[in-house]
Amino acid sequence: MSQKPREGKRSQVEYLDARSGEGTAGALEELHKQLLLLPPYRWLCSAIAGSGISPRGLLISTPYIWLLLFFLAPFLIVLKISFSEYAISQPPYTALFELVDDIYVQIKLNLENYQLLFEDDLYWRAYLNSVKIAGISTILTLMVGYPLAYGMTRAPQRWRLALLMLVILPFWTSFLIRVYAWIGILKKEGLLNLLLINLGIIDQPLTIMNTDTAVYIGIIYSYLPFMVLPLYASLEKMDDTLLEAAADLGSRPIKTFWQITFRLSLPGVIAGCFLVFIPALGEFVIPDLLGGSGTLMIGKTLWAEFFSNRDWPLSSAVAVVLLLILVIPIVAFQKLQEKDKAA
Amino acid sequence: MNKGLSWFTWSALIFGFSFLYLPIILLVLFSFNESKLVTVWGGFSTKWYAELFNNQGLLNAAWVTLKVAFVSSSVATLLGTISGVMLTRFSSFRGRTLFTGMIYAPLVMPEVITGLSLLLMFVAVSLDRGFLTVTIAHITFSMCYVAVVVQSRMATFDHSIEEAAMDLGCTPGKTFFAVTLPIILPAVVSGWLLSFTLSLDDLVIASFTTGPGATTLPMKIYSQVRLGVTPEINAVSTILVGLVATGVLIATIISRRNDAARLRDERLAAVDP
Repeated sequence: MSQKPREGKRSQVEYLDARSGEGTAGALEELHKQLLLLPPYRWLCSAIAGSGISPRGLLISTPYIWLLLFFLAPFLIVLKISFSEYAISQPPYTALFELVDDIYVQIKLNLENYQLLFEDDLYWRAYLNSVKIAGISTILTLMVGYPLAYGMTRAPQRWRLALLMLVILPFWTSFLIRVYAWIGILKKEGLLNLLLINLGIIDQPLTIMNTDTAVYIGIIYSYLPFMVLPLYASLEKMDDTLLEAAADLGSRPIKTFWQITFRLSLPGVIAGCFLVFIPALGEFVIPDLLGGSGTLMIGKTLWAEFFSNRDWPLSSAVAVVLLLILVIPIVAFQKLQEKDKAA
Repeated sequence: MNKGLSWFTWSALIFGFSFLYLPIILLVLFSFNESKLVTVWGGFSTKWYAELFNNQGLLNAAWVTLKVAFVSSSVATLLGTISGVMLTRFSSFRGRTLFTGMIYAPLVMPEVITGLSLLLMFVAVSLDRGFLTVTIAHITFSMCYVAVVVQSRMATFDHSIEEAAMDLGCTPGKTFFAVTLPIILPAVVSGWLLSFTLSLDDLVIASFTTGPGATTLPMKIYSQVRLGVTPEINAVSTILVGLVATGVLIATIISRRNDAARLRDERLAAVDP
């Protein structure tokens, strides 16, 4: 496709104009003409024309500049602050670069924050625990999500779109509210205990709220759509005749499932696991609301370090290390996706 | 295999969907509970809804949240659409790899890190925290979602339509507005809706980047939830869930109808000589 602007051929376009006077394009052109009557807009337009940057270049560079300013720059600042020292001032950290005698720039690289992360067992235990909780809940989500996705592909064709819609809908509703809904169910005098006691299954209320179990339930519940959608996509593509062939050749259903269905859905399984594991690792809301004081997760630690202790350099260091840990699964995931695409 | 639904399929579907929906249904049910005790049914009542409308703090927070969501999703849709088009149509420009990375990174970045980094930057440039900073933060992560949604639509439609327009003498700008935009419009609209709900829901990033006077609804809910379950919060949640569910349903119906119309047009175009 040619991407070169064809400014020189404007005269030939005239016959098209008659038709495109309606619709979005025409309306925008009309708006542009109207706005030209306003001085600020006219100045802006002439400034753009005079600066040598084409309007297209300007348009294209806006999102780029936005992300440089509000995504990359903030991250570099976090990196910088993670090397500075905690100070009782406003803002509460020392400067990394200092001008000495107006000539030299002194760089005070302070590694103490990182050292603390490895020495104080609170931090490395929080990291390990996050990996553990995220890992276990990923496997549990797979165990809940797989039968659901499988059931959806076995449902009649005319139901499938509606079922898919039903899986996606909770994803649109507030995360906070969905986590909150579980508090009323899981707490000591909550609905689950009420039900189990009335059914006579237990006589003492279970303590689920404020434990790791509640965190697992919260993560499974919140991230189930992320697991089901890729699973469904890969299961739906499956060729049913393979299963029939296996059955005709005398394979038992369980064996057929493992050797054909599961193996063919493996790309979906892997994608779903990454999609659950990666966000679960840095999760804050679920461990904070459902977990107890003993539930160590790094997102919670970072939050506490920042809001309660106001130690900005240390929380920056926590963030940098968390990101380094996250890079491993993210890069692995990307490599796998690329391989899938190539295959 | 195709002899109707097996018991396994049925139980998987019933268990899966009740797991997904029971908590929300219970939450909605108990928002109409007369009793202050959340787990004891004391009869039907709408008094918690009435009480909401007298809670000025909550109403203010709701208003701030709606304003932030509206402004941020609109700007994010604009920037995200441009980015999505860039990613698919411009194969080489300086720093393309960096740009692609910056579009995808916020999607996997833990919210605590995004929030912390933006806050530290706002402090570094001594920008007062409030409505503006929350909005900037929300635009930044929402535009990446819009970019991905638009990009996937851009990647699947037929290039040759654009080429035909250009061959007939359309300028690239006019081609975009007359040909490309109408085709990707459903993706742009769903990108806007997605940004709107993301902004409406966000607790973590807003907590980091907001300042006095710009407390958002999720922050208000969060601070009350920490103190325990109350029927009032159930009522707020019900309203939010209801609004979002209605919005999504309407959007789906509209996009389905559009798809059907487009298919019909394409079929007609193929038949007509």
